[in-house]
Amino acid sequence: MDLILEGIKKAFWLLVSFDPEVLGITLLSVKVSGTATLISLFIGISVGATVALTRFPGRRLAVSLINTGMALPPVVVGLFVTIFLWRNGPLGVLGILYTPLAMIIAQAVIATPIVTGITLAAVQQLPGKLRLQILALGATRLQMVWILVKEARLSLLAAVMAGFGGVISEVGASIMVGGNIKGYSRVLTTATVMETGRGNFDVAIALSIILLLLAYLINLVLTQVQQRERPR
Amino acid sequence: MRNMKKYSYAGFMFFSIFVLLVNLGPTAEAQEKTLILATTTSTQDTGLLDVLIPIFEKKTGFFVKTIAVGSGQAMTMGRKGEADVLLVHSPAAEKQFMDDGFGVTRRLVMHNDFVLAGPDEDPAKIKGLKSAAEALKKIASAQALFMSRGDNSGTHAKEKDVWKVSGVKYEGEKWYQQTGLGMGQTLNVAAEKKGYTLTDRGTYLSLAKTLKLGILVEGDAVLLNIYHVMEVNQAKWPKVNIAAAKAFADFMVSKETQEIIKTFGVDKYGSPLFFPDAGKKVEDLGK
Repeated sequence: MDLILEGIKKAFWLLVSFDPEVLGITLLSVKVSGTATLISLFIGISVGATVALTRFPGRRLAVSLINTGMALPPVVVGLFVTIFLWRNGPLGVLGILYTPLAMIIAQAVIATPIVTGITLAAVQQLPGKLRLQILALGATRLQMVWILVKEARLSLLAAVMAGFGGVISEVGASIMVGGNIKGYSRVLTTATVMETGRGNFDVAIALSIILLLLAYLINLVLTQVQQRERPR
Repeated sequence: MRNMKKYSYAGFMFFSIFVLLVNLGPTAEAQEKTLILATTTSTQDTGLLDVLIPIFEKKTGFFVKTIAVGSGQAMTMGRKGEADVLLVHSPAAEKQFMDDGFGVTRRLVMHNDFVLAGPDEDPAKIKGLKSAAEALKKIASAQALFMSRGDNSGTHAKEKDVWKVSGVKYEGEKWYQQTGLGMGQTLNVAAEKKGYTLTDRGTYLSLAKTLKLGILVEGDAVLLNIYHVMEVNQAKWPKVNIAAAKAFADFMVSKETQEIIKTFGVDKYGSPLFFPDAGKKVEDLGK
């Protein structure tokens, strides 16, 4: 119990003193996970809406694969991204293993199925007559998709939160493809693992508290946007 | 107007992703200036590298990517050409690495020693024994819990050596458990479960304040823990940054660095964590 108090004190101190190292680690966490979430939104919303609105052979299989992808273990993603990005691997020419960019790629791979799955469910849930109505009013197919996506925006914000929550809290892939390099690819989760290993439990607790605060703040903003409209 | 807003929003997202990617991507020049150091967890967990790396970077202009894994994995990275230089402590495996032609040079950097740590209750009564093998025998016959790293690290390799000397069967026994984690975490597990474990003294000392584990057996010659620096052979893997690797290996055995190693940890733990050995012979260590 003392340890937790000690950690809270440490977290407070690290925050008010604007410790440059902790600040850098926190900013990188936001940058990496934020970018990964943005990428996953582009891919996830387009793929999710497309699958939700079309009928094609093997669709069930595709949906089940997407839903399984929502449970994709980060370490598995980390392992495969590492193998691909190795200097002497298939994408070795890029030379991006152990960089924040590699972490963004891995996290985008983790977040995309989550966003896709939730988008799919959200768009599919809209009443079918809505589509006919929109088309009858003279919208093009693309305009229709856009309106439907907008109609599902409350659920899509949930997709953003789930995707971002999934990657900001993820450690397995980040430590493998980022390498936890000081001042370069160290994020809140990988730093927490390292400080725990070093026995610096107070710092580890402090970093965890900062991570929780960060997740809370970002979700608070998203929730504000989501709940701006009264429930219908 | 609404449409305008929509497009500028999408445009802003694209733009921000683009900016971030450009910012975070490496340039060709940056790659030439980058050194991948694969090393053991002990050099990172003790904080030694946090002191040495910034000095090296400032001096040479190279950017060091330190990947702290077990010695076994570090050497696998070297064998695959995924690291430029290795700082490891698993002599038998290192010799194999050199014999197989994956390394260019192998230089002695420093040593400390391994110790057997365990709970104060000491159920196997090993405290004060002079022989580590004897201690393991007693642990085996008492069936007292022993936590192994189990990760092919240098410490794990040493542990297996000592078990071999002791001649007792340990693999698959109920009291013999493997964590598969780094040294720091394994010590924490051992402390929590009141088990024995073999640890390097450096990591033990840096964690001692939070651990309820004591040093029970130390000083046996078999427990010497020796660190070498090895440059990976560019002839095997053309992408290896040999210039940077050589600079780092030279730096580790330089007089200035050896002086830092000699005093590292004294202010915090009252005794040094490592003993500098550049230029010495392995046979002369610990005398």
